[in-house]
Amino acid sequence: MEFIRPSEHNAIPTYRVMDQYGQVINKELDVETSDEEALTLYKNMVCLSIMDLLMFEAQRQGRLSFYMMSAGEEGIAIGTASALTPADVIFCQYRETGVFMQRGFTLDQFMNQLFANSKDYGQGRNMPVHYGSSDLNIHTVSSPLATQIPHAAGAAYAVKLQNQQQSDKEPRVVVCFFGEGAASEGDFHAALNIAATREAPAIFICRNNGYAISTPTRDQYRGDGIASRGAGYGMDTLRVDGNDIFAVRRAVKEARKIALEDGGKPVLIEMMAYRVGHHSTSDDSFAYRQKVEVEDWKRRDNPITRMRKWLEGRGVWDEEKERELRSVLRKDVLKAFEKAEKLKKPAIVNAFAGVYEELTDEAKAHIAELKDILERYPNEYDVDQYEGGLDSLTQALEKKQ
Amino acid sequence: MAASRLFRPASRLLSAARPAAAPRTAFRATAAFQNVARRNYASAGNVKEMTVREALNEAMAEEMEQNEKVFVLGEEVAQYNGAYKVTKGLLDRFGDKRVIDSPITESGFAGLTVGAALAGLHPICEFMTFNFAMQAIDQIINSAAKTHYMSGGIQPCNITFRGPNGFAAGVAAQHSQDFSAWYGSIPGLKVVAPYSAEDAKGLMKAAIRDPNPVVVLENELLYGLSFPMSEAAQKDDFVIPFGKAKIERPGKDLTIVTLSRCVGQSLVAAEQLKKKYGVEAEVINLRSIKPLDIEAIVKSVKKTGHMLCVESGFPSFGVGAEIMALTCEYAFDYLEAPPARITGAEVPTPYAQKLEEMSFPQEDMIVDYAAKLLRV
Ligand SMILES: Cc1ncc(C[n+]2csc(CCOP(=O)(O)OP(=O)(O)O)c2C)c(N)n1
Ligand SMILES: [Mg+2]
Repeated sequence: MEFIRPSEHNAIPTYRVMDQYGQVINKELDVETSDEEALTLYKNMVCLSIMDLLMFEAQRQGRLSFYMMSAGEEGIAIGTASALTPADVIFCQYRETGVFMQRGFTLDQFMNQLFANSKDYGQGRNMPVHYGSSDLNIHTVSSPLATQIPHAAGAAYAVKLQNQQQSDKEPRVVVCFFGEGAASEGDFHAALNIAATREAPAIFICRNNGYAISTPTRDQYRGDGIASRGAGYGMDTLRVDGNDIFAVRRAVKEARKIALEDGGKPVLIEMMAYRVGHHSTSDDSFAYRQKVEVEDWKRRDNPITRMRKWLEGRGVWDEEKERELRSVLRKDVLKAFEKAEKLKKPAIVNAFAGVYEELTDEAKAHIAELKDILERYPNEYDVDQYEGGLDSLTQALEKKQ
Repeated sequence: MAASRLFRPASRLLSAARPAAAPRTAFRATAAFQNVARRNYASAGNVKEMTVREALNEAMAEEMEQNEKVFVLGEEVAQYNGAYKVTKGLLDRFGDKRVIDSPITESGFAGLTVGAALAGLHPICEFMTFNFAMQAIDQIINSAAKTHYMSGGIQPCNITFRGPNGFAAGVAAQHSQDFSAWYGSIPGLKVVAPYSAEDAKGLMKAAIRDPNPVVVLENELLYGLSFPMSEAAQKDDFVIPFGKAKIERPGKDLTIVTLSRCVGQSLVAAEQLKKKYGVEAEVINLRSIKPLDIEAIVKSVKKTGHMLCVESGFPSFGVGAEIMALTCEYAFDYLEAPPARITGAEVPTPYAQKLEEMSFPQEDMIVDYAAKLLRV
């Protein structure tokens, strides 16, 4: 009789392409990324980190209610998105702003969401950082943790059927991000199990950043991280160094291949990182971790500095270029920021619309009543601050009965 | 069948020749309250100020001190002192066997606390907010609320589910909604919603002592508010019996029945009603949703002839609907105008500030509704 004792097993290794000094480990394999593409990835990571800093500050000044930073995890989001095809469907948790950035969500689009103005896709209904874009095939971020994981399994099942039925199109996969904290929810286990049994082409990506708000991983789980759970679901699994964007990219590309093999199957990837920032603007992490711990991490390893070292090693980057890039990006962010802050509020009809696909008769009656009041007392209500003034109400009422 | 009427107290009214007297609340005080003297809290001498947060904290600390079976479990409750700092200092005081950080698994830790209660402990299960308790609602409703009944009474379930409920600022639909009606509809649960610091302390202590599962619906926006604590309420034997509403402000013209944060809003509105229209509104703080103090409502309506319910849940099938129905069933003949309710709006709570404001009861809204109801 021999019990399996996880504590006596070696830890699952962490896959790397370059070391923390930006040196490629296996010169023959290399990074599979052109200098040009690498520069784009680098610029996006820097842009994300600058936007994060500025928006964190803006929240502190009371200009928006809430914000969440990606510091330390830029490489995971941007690297993953760069290794997928644009048609692949993505579900995010909330710390994957880089996925949106890499797929082409513009600074204006970010700012419009953060300020809930008339151009916000969410029409003022969602908290900041709950981005979503159907054009980019990214589902809207949802607050209750881990609920996106079974959704992703379901979407992957749908995609599997589409892949079978539309053989002329390039097959797609579904990618789902979640934190190591969210992986404690029942939804995580349910989702991985059903994705495995239904052989759904899903790539489950756990961002293991060491913390869930204040809870460190030793209080979150026992066992060898999240990766050790993959085997239990019969799933191909890999652990990757999340500070190494080239490793992230290669892992996701390979996972995508596996996910589409034999009609489809799910893959689990655990990406190791460290949450450099506070959990959110509502959190002060120095209440539960030492400042030196954070400073040490920042100095020791970080996806942005690691890639910068690599770029410098290639001779395509230097201090001058860095300064120039940062100054341009800073200006770009601030420009979008100011523009978004000045835009009008969403059209008034959005106060009623959207609860159901169609406006209900009751909602229409309310709209008619509101319109009547607003028209009768033009001096009491400033409707100009809303997109189109009263137009949106008129249009809603004119729409076929 | 006659029995089918007995199980639905309100329908007994229909079989009676004359309106029956309002029944006593459906539940009687449990054994835990037998030695509770009915004190006149308000008139006590040595009053001190305390926030709702401190009162909840003191209630838990005192009960943990007095009863080893009590322990706290939830996300971030120990090291971090709770997401809203309600469990501040409890870890230092009672150690990590009794103040326990959970992994992020509401169904898991709620299930665990139910299991501990079935095994005889008296857990306090903190939800970061009741929005996240949705992940665990099966444990609360199908296990906690029903096991005593279904086991033929051999399995006790002395558990307290607590956390912030109802509106919160700037956090949108999935973080800002009122579940009073959800829990209030379940036989087997008791449900309370404190407003003031005295409410918070007295109801929390009663919840922990009560041998049944109790849901304590707190409100994030009340945590930081200070209220006077009477001398009696400062003592460690202070409990407030369930099913007893509190008249926060006496009045003769209108009965405002309300709960949780809406009590404060109704009190402000009542002052404005007096100033603007010379109207005296009586504000009833329900304190307890299940059992519900029908008697207090009927008594007040007999005096005022008008009833307005103010609550922050969604309008359909809500606390307001229940209060209006009960008022009609038991006090119809005393009403001089149709009863009315102010509720949250029929919309998932929006993020945008102005829309958010409109989607919950506001003070001027209460004044306007009351004025219309009274035709002043
Ligand atoms: C069901 C549910 N429970 C609790 C929360 C509150 N909450 C928000 S984020 C968070 C921590 C999540 O940590 P992790 O999954 O590791 O992601 P990270 O923040 O580290 O990126 C918690 C507990 C929530 N949003 N939903
Ligand atoms: Mg984490």
